[in-house]
Amino acid sequence: MAEWIISFFHITDPELVKDIAEQVPYLLNNLAFAAWETVYSTVLATLFAYLIGLPLGVLLVAGAADGVRPLPSPLMKALNVVINLLRSVPFLILMVVVFPLARVIVGTSIGTNASIVPLTIAAFPFVARLVEGSLREMDRGTVEAAQAMGCTPFQIIWKVVLPESLPSLLTGFTTAFITILGYGAMSGAIGGGGLGNMALNRGHTRGMRIVLYVAVIALVVLVQIFQSIGTHLAVRVDKRVTDRGAGRGARKKRRAQVEQERRMGPPGPM
Amino acid sequence: MIELKNVSKSFPTAEGQLHALTDVSLTIGDGEVYGIVGMSGAGKSTLVRCVNLLERPTSGQVLIDGADLCAMPPRELIAQRRSISMIFQQFNLLMQRTCLKNICFPMEIAHVKRADAEKRARELLEVVGLPDKADAYPAQLSGGQKQRVAIARSLACDPKILLCDEATSALDPKTTRDILRLIRDINRRLGITVVVITHEMAVVEEICTHVAILDHGRVMETGTVEQVFSNPRTEAGRRLVYPDGVVIDQLPAANVIRIAFNGGSSYEPLIASLAIDCGVKVNILGADTRNVNGQAFGTMLLGLPEDPAEAAKAAAYIKNQPNVTMEEVRDYHG
Repeated sequence: MAEWIISFFHITDPELVKDIAEQVPYLLNNLAFAAWETVYSTVLATLFAYLIGLPLGVLLVAGAADGVRPLPSPLMKALNVVINLLRSVPFLILMVVVFPLARVIVGTSIGTNASIVPLTIAAFPFVARLVEGSLREMDRGTVEAAQAMGCTPFQIIWKVVLPESLPSLLTGFTTAFITILGYGAMSGAIGGGGLGNMALNRGHTRGMRIVLYVAVIALVVLVQIFQSIGTHLAVRVDKRVTDRGAGRGARKKRRAQVEQERRMGPPGPM
Repeated sequence: MIELKNVSKSFPTAEGQLHALTDVSLTIGDGEVYGIVGMSGAGKSTLVRCVNLLERPTSGQVLIDGADLCAMPPRELIAQRRSISMIFQQFNLLMQRTCLKNICFPMEIAHVKRADAEKRARELLEVVGLPDKADAYPAQLSGGQKQRVAIARSLACDPKILLCDEATSALDPKTTRDILRLIRDINRRLGITVVVITHEMAVVEEICTHVAILDHGRVMETGTVEQVFSNPRTEAGRRLVYPDGVVIDQLPAANVIRIAFNGGSSYEPLIASLAIDCGVKVNILGADTRNVNGQAFGTMLLGLPEDPAEAAKAAAYIKNQPNVTMEEVRDYHG
């Protein structure tokens, strides 16, 4: 395999040739598992982040002064401050602080399982804000109609606001998933597992460029795959654009719009 | 019966309190189609939202069949709202649900069994003339069709009252007429009390039995459509009934009277017979006729002769005509 790569790309740089000869067997044995670790920790961290962040996001919208179930304003202010505080701590610092907590929760402070704890804690405030943004797009008139029909606040959230916001929630979910994937790679620096660990420890620190390149390319491919699935689903579930009613052109337009929203969406630190 | 008693509503704004409604009292009887008209910003939407307490009045009472909504605990209010349904200018359908599921929605939240709800929803789609749209999504429908689905949804829980908030204002004239006919049919067949909020007098003419004129958050006049339209007693009423009608400032100086034809008699040649029978010539300064529920209602501004004796003779003659009322125009400038 290594010889074939060297001859196929006409690689002559002796250092790189040596690298490839040494590392390709390693990559063949470990790349798939590292990718699996990355996906595994991202999926679990995203899941836990939504378990906490989704209800919080709903609370931020429903409990606001103009929400369906206004809560005391000091409580809402406190909630906002806490979320902003958590979001403003740089992820690396948060991770260093939280890794000991992982020992309490998952029994170890090193490896893929341990990294899920700081990832979840870093991501849930971000998820809460994403959910809040999606739900705020909801049309006031529709909520009013539901109130006029005698919906309880819980019914409005569960049967009107969440289902009507589903396409936007899915777009947000994709953004969250990919952001968490990126931070998961970063956690490789201080003991997390997966592609990030491979790229940083073996590739960067120990100077094996070919490992670095392959791990980064694998990350790029993963991001592309999940973004495509997410965008596709967000368009697919949205009944405001339908094949019968509007045709493929509108669907394509909607997809471009979802892409645009993603690019314009909440950037910066989680 | 809907009774609003001394309802006031004000909103706090940066420039102090905004009084959207001031001391509004209305009684709407069962089975009536009650129009509430006014210019933009007159407080119509706030008023209709006080009927189901989407807006809680700052003071006053809202009584539905004698029960005070403002004094109800939340749970009872929610139950009461299920008998008061509402349709909107922007339809407010659930965009991610099919038409059938939209109509099922109020039954779903009232815990009606799913099979029963779907059966009823299909019946209602028949009622509103869209039996083939059960599985379509709102995005696939035209404005008129969306409003039909909204009407079907509003009927799902057998309401006593239907509130229409500018329900036809986003529709073209033909669709508007179709939707209004549908609402009138529903009123006649099911006996549902209908409250219609609109800025268009044509809507009131088309379907209402009673009307209230709202101006700057106050009720200026109320009555049957015939009474108010044939003879609006207030400035706000006249402005609405004859929007580009007679501007009194521009009339020449004379004894001016306003006569109103109260249906049926507008085809009698009144002015001609006045000239023949009394030998008095009057000057027609302005006239307007409208057709309300198939009857002609008109008003006419007449300039009477300068001679007091002739003027009195003409006035007496007009007073004696059946179905014609007369008043002197005092708010008149030369």
